[in-house]
Amino acid sequence: MGKSTIIPFGPQHPVLPEPIHLDLVLEDEKVVEAIPQIGYVHRGLEKLVEKKEWPEMVFVIERVCGICSFGHGWGYCMSVEGNLGVEVPPRAQYLRTIWHELSRIQSHLLWLGLIADAFGFESLFMHSWRLRETAVEIFEDTTGARTTFSVCKVGGLRRDIENEKLAEIVKKLRDKEAELRELTSVFLDDNSVKKRLVGIGALTKEDVIELGAVGPVARASGVSNDVRLDGHGVYNELGFEPCVEEEGDSYARCKVRVREIFQSIDLIERAVAAIPDGDIAIEIKGVHPAGEFLARLEQPRGEAYYYTKGSGEKFLERVRVRTPSNANVPALVKMLQGCDLADVPILTLTIDPCISCVER
Amino acid sequence: MSIKKSPWIIHYDCSSCNGCDIEMLACLTPMYDLERFGIVNTGNPKHADVFIVTGTVNTQNIPVVKQIYNQMPNPKVVIAVGICAATGGIFRGCYNVVGGLDHVIPVDMYVPGCAARPEAIIDGIMKSIDILAEKQAALDEGVVPEEICGGYIYEGEHDEHGTLITDEDADAAEEEQDVGATPDQEEQE
Repeated sequence: MGKSTIIPFGPQHPVLPEPIHLDLVLEDEKVVEAIPQIGYVHRGLEKLVEKKEWPEMVFVIERVCGICSFGHGWGYCMSVEGNLGVEVPPRAQYLRTIWHELSRIQSHLLWLGLIADAFGFESLFMHSWRLRETAVEIFEDTTGARTTFSVCKVGGLRRDIENEKLAEIVKKLRDKEAELRELTSVFLDDNSVKKRLVGIGALTKEDVIELGAVGPVARASGVSNDVRLDGHGVYNELGFEPCVEEEGDSYARCKVRVREIFQSIDLIERAVAAIPDGDIAIEIKGVHPAGEFLARLEQPRGEAYYYTKGSGEKFLERVRVRTPSNANVPALVKMLQGCDLADVPILTLTIDPCISCVER
Repeated sequence: MSIKKSPWIIHYDCSSCNGCDIEMLACLTPMYDLERFGIVNTGNPKHADVFIVTGTVNTQNIPVVKQIYNQMPNPKVVIAVGICAATGGIFRGCYNVVGGLDHVIPVDMYVPGCAARPEAIIDGIMKSIDILAEKQAALDEGVVPEEICGGYIYEGEHDEHGTLITDEDADAAEEEQDVGATPDQEEQE
């Protein structure tokens, strides 16, 4: 073995659009240790709770991350609603679930594009992002914004979607399904793609449990960890089953996400078929949250939780968000030990890192 | 004027929420396709003409932005994409946020929006290319680069971890030094 070398990876590098810094300790071409250094996206937004009233705070929490922004807003609203002890109308629950699953489709297609870019398949990256625009167009059509659309408010939603529009959304997604199958078959069946993914960065079931990984990373190693099983939103009514794979390598993580894209389309179709008519929000006046509440939510990247503590004032005492990427960083460090230097970008991406979620 | 036909961009996420970053990437993909204007995204600051910064600037990022900016060859333009890069946006008032890119480096173009729309980003880049061409023309006439591209204007200091040294820290350090100052240190001062 040669002597060890340290290669700094980041914060500005072409693989990820986001800044993360890793010190990679190498012996020849093998990574022996990876030391993450974070803090490039830390804004300290939880502290803003002292300056923004609790109904306004939802806009701040939505900006924890722009990719899964709807889920963050929903999680915070769920937490405050639990704190106030109010029930959201069923139509709002269905619509929230629909938007959340659309966010998952958008996020997973974004990830497929980035991983294709990481293994050097640029046309695949372009096609993934082209298809991602389908979901983004639906957001724009229904809310007026493409990424951060602020439709969630405490007590319900700001906007309704008409039933005809809902049917159109399902038709639009079903129309794209053939193209999606064609795209994802490249990820799952193409020989050169498989060479880069199969057997790379394998984590056993025990590893995943010990490191506390969540979301697709855990599900790819055979752990059926999905908060949607607890039935937030209307997942119980929709008959949800998590996608679980056993191998635990990068290919399995890719497969879980690909399966989830199609599962989300099915869930949206079932939700649209069952959605009841009615109000989309209840009025909350003259009360402030007093007490503690912890809400859990399955984001595209895994389990996230939202803790709020109020004291009966218009400002909450504390908001805490634990995001899935945060839980997956130890799994990444474990995967990087013993890998080839050339696989570092792929492994970094297979946890679907969202640095602005990690650091907030 | 070749620089107008193929400006290369470099993008840095300066503690953004990802909203503007994915819109920035969406600009490069088939729906919006910036490459039709000859614009290529590069990861190397020495290849780049246009520096695109998204997100509000936090204290740890200041040295990184400064480093990328200083490495870019002249002429260069800086675009602040999104309301966070312009003023700090919703995060203005957070303890770790400087509040606007123009506190750190000179900015030529602001693209508003939260998140900035791809059309707006493309418009911003196209307009900044005219500024780039003007700067190139001025350089050709013999103007000193410092006059048109500005320098690093942020005046705060950082410790070795990149953390901003605030006035309070500096006062505390001075007091400490006053207490236990050795003759050597006094000479240095």
